[in-house]
Amino acid sequence: MSTVRLSFSPAPVHVRTARLVGVAVARRAGVAEELLDEVRLAIGEACTRAVALHRQYGLNDLVRVEMSDSGAYTVRVIDRAPIEAGLGLAALPPDELADESLTDEALTTGVGFALLAGFVEDLQVRPVDEGIGTEVRMVWPVNR
Amino acid sequence: MELSLATRTVGECTVLEVGGEVDVYTAPRLRERLIELIDAGARRVVVDLGRVDFLDSTGLGVLVGALKRLRSVGGTFALVCDKEPLLKIFRITALDQVFPLHPTVDAAVAAGAAGNGA
Repeated sequence: MSTVRLSFSPAPVHVRTARLVGVAVARRAGVAEELLDEVRLAIGEACTRAVALHRQYGLNDLVRVEMSDSGAYTVRVIDRAPIEAGLGLAALPPDELADESLTDEALTTGVGFALLAGFVEDLQVRPVDEGIGTEVRMVWPVNR
Repeated sequence: MELSLATRTVGECTVLEVGGEVDVYTAPRLRERLIELIDAGARRVVVDLGRVDFLDSTGLGVLVGALKRLRSVGGTFALVCDKEPLLKIFRITALDQVFPLHPTVDAAVAAGAAGNGA
């Protein structure tokens, strides 16, 4: 088993770095080539969500990303925002997507969750074990 | 790859060619450019995603914002996209039911000229 950990200040510019690292580790772990686009998108969405929550709550804490390949490729993206915000995820029905009353933030959050749920078969969003925050846990199969 | 933006006019349409990665960091630049175009009077806007190699929820949010802005001023908005990975993103989010999606700029311009853009 090997592990790669990454922590970054909650700024949009660093999300790309997290995506690049996440895909590089996935490739090395043996995730199928045709899944790498989905890995890239899902890690990006999870990190974007964490950055948005930290900014919404004025938190300077680092966003943590932990990748490990014990049996499968597991990526955990951990934020430090209050739980009531973190678990409030919902996909939007199509007729509401372009509704005038929907705010840009609500739209982006809903679309982001739809992408996570759509691209990650094994997805969990749950409170962190210690302290405040949520963990988005994503698992992909590996070929060895 | 960094975001690239280039504008050209085809018939009555303003075509914005987008390239590179549209994400939480670069999407504000795309939003600004679209608002500039609409404020400058563009009413038939086609966004060509042919050279986009990454698009996330923030980018999709910007595109929906442009669609709504154009709709409120009686304009039309369409997307050009023929890459399967991107089309899958539109299907998964159900945004394929919100945007007119065309395989080529010519098809989007023809639909726009017929008034079917958005």
